[in-house]
Order: sequence, then C-alpha cells, then structure tokens
Amino acid sequence: MSFRTLVTPFALAVLLGGAVAHGPAARAQGTASAALTAPDALVKSLSEDVLASIRKDPSLQSGDIARLNALVDEKILPYVNFEKMTRLAVGRSWRDASPEQRQALTREFRALLVRTYAGAVSAAKDYQVRMQPFRADPAAEADVTVRTQAVPARGEPIQLDYRLEKTGAGWKIYDVNVLGVWLVENYRNTFTGEISRGGIDGLIKSLVDRNRALESKAS
Amino acid sequence: MKAPTTLLRFASALVLAAALGACASIPPGAGSNPVDPWEVYNRHMFDLNDRVDRVTLKPVAQAYEAIVPEPLRICVNNAFRNLGEPVNAINNLLQLKPSEAMTDLSRFFWNSTAGGLGCFDLAAMAGAPRSNEDFGQTLGVWGFAPGPYFVLPLLGPSSVRDASGRLFDFLGTDPVWYIGNIALRNSLVGFRFVDTRASLLPAEKVLAAAALDRYLFVRDAYLQLRRNLVYDGNPPRLKDPDEDDETAPADGGPKAGGPAAGRPAADQPPAAAPR
Repeated sequence: MSFRTLVTPFALAVLLGGAVAHGPAARAQGTASAALTAPDALVKSLSEDVLASIRKDPSLQSGDIARLNALVDEKILPYVNFEKMTRLAVGRSWRDASPEQRQALTREFRALLVRTYAGAVSAAKDYQVRMQPFRADPAAEADVTVRTQAVPARGEPIQLDYRLEKTGAGWKIYDVNVLGVWLVENYRNTFTGEISRGGIDGLIKSLVDRNRALESKAS
Repeated sequence: MKAPTTLLRFASALVLAAALGACASIPPGAGSNPVDPWEVYNRHMFDLNDRVDRVTLKPVAQAYEAIVPEPLRICVNNAFRNLGEPVNAINNLLQLKPSEAMTDLSRFFWNSTAGGLGCFDLAAMAGAPRSNEDFGQTLGVWGFAPGPYFVLPLLGPSSVRDASGRLFDFLGTDPVWYIGNIALRNSLVGFRFVDTRASLLPAEKVLAAAALDRYLFVRDAYLQLRRNLVYDGNPPRLKDPDEDDETAPADGGPKAGGPAAGRPAADQPPAAAPR
C-alpha cells in the first residue's frame, strides 16, 4: 500500500506543464477553416504538432525558455485563452481588477505555466497522444471537454483532458486536466489566499517573484 | 528484535528533524476552507513530513536511482505493483465491478507466473490494463464524502475517508502483510517505500516550480485526484465558481448506484495513475 496516494499528486505535477504546452497545435490553416475545426480535431493536431516540434528540437528538450516561449506564441497561443484561464483561477476578485492588473496577472500566470513546463518538456517527447471517445456535439454546445491520453513508450497512459469554449475565432482551450486534476481549480485556492492577504497586487507580486526566482535558478 | 530497533532509529530521526526546523508558516485564515478544517495541524505535519523525508527516504531513493539501472527499477516497480492486484480485485468487487475484478486476478496470475513474479507487465501488453483501486475509493463509491483533508504522519496527503480506507487495505488485503517471515516482510515494506519514493523524484522538481504554496497545491491536487479516481476518471463537472453564487464545491462523492457518470463506459480504458 505504502505511498500510493502520495504518488499521484506528484506524478500529476510532472505532466502539468505538459498539458499546458500541449495545448493546441493545430496546423496553420487558413483562418477561415481554423474557425471551423472541431474541438477534438483541434486538440489532436495541436498536441501532435507540439510534440513533433519538441522531438526535433534539442534546445526545447533541454528546457530553453526563449525557445519554449516562441513555441507557445507560434503554435499554442492562437488556440488557448490564457485570459479566461487566469480569470477562472482568480475567481470573483477578477471583477475588481483593473485592466492593467488583469493583463499583469495573465502575463505572469502564463510565464509561470511555461516555466513549469520547461522542467517537464524533456519527458514529454517520449509520449504519444491517444484520443478518447468524444461525446459532445460541438455544433450544439459552446463548451466541451476533449479527453485524451498521453501514452508513454513504457508504462501507463496518463489522462489528459481539455476544456474548450467556442469563440468568434474558433474553439479555444481554457483549462487542462492531468490525471483528473484541473489546472484552474488547482490554483484557485492559492490565488484566493494571496488576494485576501495582499490584494490583487499582492498576487501579482507573488507571481512575479516566483517567476524571477525560477529565472535566476535556470540561468 | 531488529524491527523495533529500526523503528526506534526512525523515530529519533523524526524527532531530530522536527527539532531542527522552524515551524511551518501558517497563513491567516487557515482552516476556514470547509475541505480543510485541520489546516493548522496539516500544515505542520506536511512540513514535518518534508523535513523527515529530506534526511531519510529521499537520499535513499536518490541513491537507489543513481545506482540501480532503469530496467531493473522498472522490474521492481512492476513487481511491487503486482502485489497490489489483490487490493484492486477486492475493491473492484466491492464496487460491483466483477469483470474488472476478474481482470485484476488474471493479471495477478499471469504476471506472477509468466511475468516473472510481476517483473514484466505481460497482461498490459496483452491489452489488460492495470486498475487503480483501494478501499478509500470504494467508500467513495458507496457514497461517503472524503471528510476533512488529513495529512498523515510520514505517509502524507489523505482524508478521513481515505485514511480509513488505507487502514483496511493495509490490514486486510495487502499480501505483503501475510508474509510469515518477519525480516523478509519488513524488508519488502521498506524496499517498497524506496521504490515509490524514487518514482516521485522527477515530479518533485516540477511541483517545486509550479506551486506558489506547495501545501495548497498538493492538497487541492490530492482532493481532485481522488475524486477523479472514485469516478474512475469521469467525474461530473463541478459548478464554475466564476459564475456568481459560488458555494464551496462540497464533494460528496457519487451516490451509490447514482448517475451513470459514476461508472466508466466499457469502451473507456480506466484512467491510469502511477501509484
């Protein structure tokens, strides 16, 4: 029996970033067709595209932040709504935040997620994406969950799910789940606590400090 | 006589670690979240576990990882997890999933024999995936809520429900405890801790980067993860607190015999979670 229950929370963390960076890697189709891409097809092509990029780029595998950010900007950003992700994690205080604060929160949260992923990206290259049955009807619904598995060369597959929202610019991912742990929900209590202690600026500062600390550790 | 001495040594290491460190920092408002009324105790225990780990299990696990080649470590890990198959089978049965229970037993049979005492997971290669069940999940399926989050000494994150479940699995269905030779049994238990700890090493670094507050991060991940396991990878969606009336998602687990969401469809492989 031993540590069984302890193992999983930690294991999830390994892939946490993975999920984020796996985000959408749909090929650069024309914008018109991108808007029509079904959510499950989008997740599939995005995951495969990002994994392919990682496999052929040793500097990504070594966790090079500049390269990783470029990858996120180029392939992932168009298909992820980082602002919504941040808004949901911040919760009701989002309403009280000024536009500048919202921008800062989104920027720093994204930076934290990318840095987290940098630590796991070398492992990500050994995974394949396997789509799970998609049950929603994307024509009728504006908010769907796409279920996938990350399948390693050896060992057991890892549950990796995405929530997407239909927008004017096509489907956008706004939350990911690793082994049943949703990213947004996992940050919510932390964010609420930071805000109750130091206000929104307090949370921004914590995020900035954490990102700086990670930066200085990496270099 | 050997076991008590080891235990004593371990206990003194624990006391030493506790004495060495400052106390955990307790944020104001700790314990106000309904899922974690014992937050103050939990934070101290989390902190203490961390300190103890750093001077005991972690260095041993690191040495194990450095010395033993990977294929052998995988073999050991498979073998230990093979010993968990009876636990899986009994709990699947208690959750009224007889076909999964049969799969667990046939996995146990084939992997223990043809798979070299569990060293190779032949059954998985043949398309019979390992399940991940325990009595805490069974209680969840029966309708018991997790109750307060509860950080166990040395063992880490748990809840009142899951801690009770652990005790049941541990005393009732863990085959290692049926080994008559005490020295062998204790060695296996110790080795299993090292094996498990070693498998956590890579994740730890990522956790350190991702979490602003490690305690909260681990707690909330644990609670989500267990809920996911109770529903076999497909829990009903919680209400978004984004939309106004946010009540803390008091998770009562699925109602016994409740909505279909509580059971995975047959075509859906169970969520695999490393233990």
